[in-house]
Amino acid sequence: MEHIVIIGNGISGVTAARHIRKNSDKEITIVSAETDYFFSRTALMYVYMGHMKFEHTQPYEPWFWKKNRINLKKGTVSKVHSNTNKIEFSDGQELSFDKLIIATGSKPNKFGWPGQDLNGVMGMYHKQDLDNLEKYAPNNQICKRAVIVGGGLIGVELAEMLHSRNIPVTFLVRENSFWGNVLPKEASAMINKEILDTNIDLRLGVNLKEINSDENGNVKSVIIAETNEEIECTVVGLTAGVSPNVDFLKNSDLEIGRGVKVNRFLETNIKNIYAIGDCAEQHKQIGYRKTTEAVWYSGRMMGETVAQTICGNKIKYNPGHWFNSAKFFDIEYQTYGWVWPKPKENEAHFYWEHKSGKKCIHINYDKNTLEFIGINTFGIRMRHEFFDKVLTEKNSINYVLEHLADANFDPEFYKLHEPEIVVKFNQENNTNIQLKKKSWARIFSV
Amino acid sequence: MKTIKKSGLLLFLIGLTIFTGTIFTGSFSLTSDEFGSFIKEKNYKNELIKDELQKAVVTSENINIFEFSSRVRNAYKVSNEHYEALINKYDSEKNWTKKGEQYQYKIYGKPHSLSFELAKIAGAGFAAENPILMWFLTFGLGILGALLFIIPDVILLGKPGIKNNGIFLNAATNRGWIGWFAFVFLVGFYILLYFYPDYIVNWVYLVDSISESINGNLASQWFLYGFLYCIVMTVMAVRMYIKYRHNKYQILRTTSVLFFQIVFAFLIPEILVRFEKPWYDFKNAFPLDYDFFFKWNLDELLSSGGFGLFILFWGVVLTIVVVPVMVYFFGKRWYCSWVCGCGGLAETLGDPYRQLSSKTLLSWKAERIIIHSVLIVVLVMTGFALYTFFSGDDQVMGIKTQSIQDIYGFLIGAIFAGVIGTGFYPIFGNRVWCRFGCPLAAYLGFVQRFKSRFRITTNGGQCISCGNCSTYCEQGIDVRAYAQKGENIVRSSCVGCGICSAVCPRGVLKLENGPEKGRINPTDILLGNDVDLMKLVNDKN
Ligand SMILES: Cc1cc2nc3c(=O)[nH]c(=O)nc-3n(C[C@H](O)[C@H](O)[C@H](O)COP(=O)(O)OP(=O)(O)OC[C@H]3O[C@@H](n4cnc5c(N)ncnc54)[C@H](O)[C@@H]3O)c2cc1C
Ligand code: SF4
Repeated sequence: MEHIVIIGNGISGVTAARHIRKNSDKEITIVSAETDYFFSRTALMYVYMGHMKFEHTQPYEPWFWKKNRINLKKGTVSKVHSNTNKIEFSDGQELSFDKLIIATGSKPNKFGWPGQDLNGVMGMYHKQDLDNLEKYAPNNQICKRAVIVGGGLIGVELAEMLHSRNIPVTFLVRENSFWGNVLPKEASAMINKEILDTNIDLRLGVNLKEINSDENGNVKSVIIAETNEEIECTVVGLTAGVSPNVDFLKNSDLEIGRGVKVNRFLETNIKNIYAIGDCAEQHKQIGYRKTTEAVWYSGRMMGETVAQTICGNKIKYNPGHWFNSAKFFDIEYQTYGWVWPKPKENEAHFYWEHKSGKKCIHINYDKNTLEFIGINTFGIRMRHEFFDKVLTEKNSINYVLEHLADANFDPEFYKLHEPEIVVKFNQENNTNIQLKKKSWARIFSV
Repeated sequence: MKTIKKSGLLLFLIGLTIFTGTIFTGSFSLTSDEFGSFIKEKNYKNELIKDELQKAVVTSENINIFEFSSRVRNAYKVSNEHYEALINKYDSEKNWTKKGEQYQYKIYGKPHSLSFELAKIAGAGFAAENPILMWFLTFGLGILGALLFIIPDVILLGKPGIKNNGIFLNAATNRGWIGWFAFVFLVGFYILLYFYPDYIVNWVYLVDSISESINGNLASQWFLYGFLYCIVMTVMAVRMYIKYRHNKYQILRTTSVLFFQIVFAFLIPEILVRFEKPWYDFKNAFPLDYDFFFKWNLDELLSSGGFGLFILFWGVVLTIVVVPVMVYFFGKRWYCSWVCGCGGLAETLGDPYRQLSSKTLLSWKAERIIIHSVLIVVLVMTGFALYTFFSGDDQVMGIKTQSIQDIYGFLIGAIFAGVIGTGFYPIFGNRVWCRFGCPLAAYLGFVQRFKSRFRITTNGGQCISCGNCSTYCEQGIDVRAYAQKGENIVRSSCVGCGICSAVCPRGVLKLENGPEKGRINPTDILLGNDVDLMKLVNDKN
């Protein structure tokens, strides 16, 4: 029987394994160094915050793996021998494979800052980081202040985590506005305000210079590059992005760029070896997507796809319309299609903000054809299926606004803002769009 | 704010301690006059019990409720044993006439209930003599303390939004020592309420005047329970209003259960009693209302004129028409988390414990077996009851209808629904009864699963498998298992509390009523991936 070995028990590796099992009888082994069982990395924050126990982050009960005949092996892979079809573990053991899927995810970026390896400096990626945080920042007695370096999605999550235990946080963000390289300025400003309102000491437009230690090798303070200000702290969270976790492959025959280079079939340069998830790097961009995507959904889609190929139904990785989501303290965020910080030449933005300053939407559309290109929505939930269809059918912004009631996904009885949104667009654009009543027939296309 | 919270807790604990301590206070005895009128009212035909009881309770001694109870029970026992011995004697002598005569002297009823009746007259002491002051020292302090503990959360929890911080780090909500303490307390309370009502007679004094003003009679332990239920729900509803103040679904739902509890389960039935109508809770549907078709109830309804007939008619229509039709349109949530009293307590008092329900496949299996067995038992029992009612025969196939009813009342009505159903909140989560035991929930579940417009829609591919939804599902549904496959949730056990949707950090879940078509949507490949791949794989199944 063909033996499929998967390195990495994250969402991409596990999705691949599940789908291979569905479609075949092949022997499957998942290898991971991190934990015995698959857990949801995105939920790590909730464990520290006490919303969940670590067990709750595991989507499958332990019996699931045995029942589905998926072998789990714990261990760190140190080498891949592509000539003999073997992987080697750090303790020297070897494991043969017929096909190998590399799904080793990412690791937090460290930019060579002085002091970046001191006690109390940590990323927020692996289970071990969580344990570390629990050790160095169990409460605000032991951790008097934490400094977070890097203003992305993981940074803001770490800020929320520490805040939940009343630990004072200083948040260093390189951009002049939080996530300003992704969000248009109005939305970004709204999140700045949300962070500040939560009493996080948000510092925009600053970089870390160095981390200082006390006599025991523990963090004592950080220095800000721009101002040379010293901020005393006992924990430093490094959340300045992630990069593919592929160092152990550097000496193999695999072609490595930022990540493991793969073609549209998720095949590496070596036959029978594939790479998926955060660690895979496409040769060419697919649409507007980046060549590496550190996103849960992309990992899952690659897992779904590669399983087909491995089970004899060779199929290209061809992700559909972009979507994503996040949460900034109490403000939920969803996006469908593409909204850039600034509209491109042929594009225009429509922006609406609720008077509470906690909800807003940005719609990006084509100035000339009025085609809808994407939406960012904060504080209002929207229906994925609705926008997926709009994008596929290349509907206009007018269509979207007319049917906003169909798009809404907020819980029942929530106050709806659609009329207000449509009025604003009509005023700004001299149009006369009329909001249609919500229609189940349209929503479910029955 | 923290100080207010802490002093609230202190006041609450003082109130609770006094409340608990009250049990042990007071002295119990009857004057001969009181005793005389009791005996007259009871119209006992046997002399022995009069003597025995008189010896036991007409005394100038200072006896506490436990001693009092034991004396009373002993009196009944002595008397009953005496006549049983006679019955046996005449039986062996084959003296049937004599034997038959003895039965009228036996006194039926649960010993502790008989003792409760006497104790209700017999009490003296602080609680019995100063019920209003004591009410304030127990209920009053409890309510005030609880509110002072809860209300500062408006500020302490921070801005409106999901604030589940520290739930699993807290001994009260993570099966820590506080949880176990609450468990022991609640279980103890239910055991006393159901099986030793005489021991808590001091509590009943405290609500006598309230009872009188509503239904015209002194309170029974059931009045006390109903009153306490409403108080606890109201106070804990305040907590819900604060915790979920950003979520209108939760606010409305909480208001609804509170309304139905106070008005339908408490006030209306008590007022009916005042007008000498049968006690009836118009929203309590059979088979949750398991004794609706018992002979005594049917007899009572039939002898209560037009009003009784109306209740009979409504009870039948409620179960056969209203309940399923509403479940078709809105899902079983309309009952379980908008109307029902058990649900109401679970959603208010029980909300802090929702995360403790087990999500394993094993518990789902157990749940299905147990709850459907209860439904079957209740239906068989009702069949027996109706047979007995119409035929007059008190047994079916050699099984006594009365025995089945007694066993059900004890095992399911008291132990399962009360002691386990509520007592186990702090250990097994807040819907133990609704999930594992309630036969009405089982019935509604069938309708919801197979013929309903209700579902929890999963928002395409947005799920990140974080597990918040499953963790906070009080019914132990592994919501994530569906959400992460992009599949709608149409489980029969879902009571539509809406918390999964509230806690989801990615806006994945929405409770809604829509067309039946496409309601169940098994998926392998989630929305967002290659459309051809989705078509290829998803259409296969
Ligand atoms: C805190 C946090 C929050 C996030 N939130 C979101 C979000 O809200 N939405 C979103 O879309 N994305 C989010 N992400 C990103 C998302 O979690 C990742 O994109 C996704 O987990 C990547 O999955 P993967 O399977 O590719 O890799 P991983 O989940 O990283 O799994 C790889 C596994 O391989 C193991 N491994 C690596 N090297 C070896 C080796 N040599 N030997 C053995 N085992 C090895 C690793 O230990 C790891 O267990 C978040 C990430 C973090 C850290
Ligand atoms: S809470 Fe939301 S994102 Fe998390 S597992 Fe449930 S549905 Fe998925």
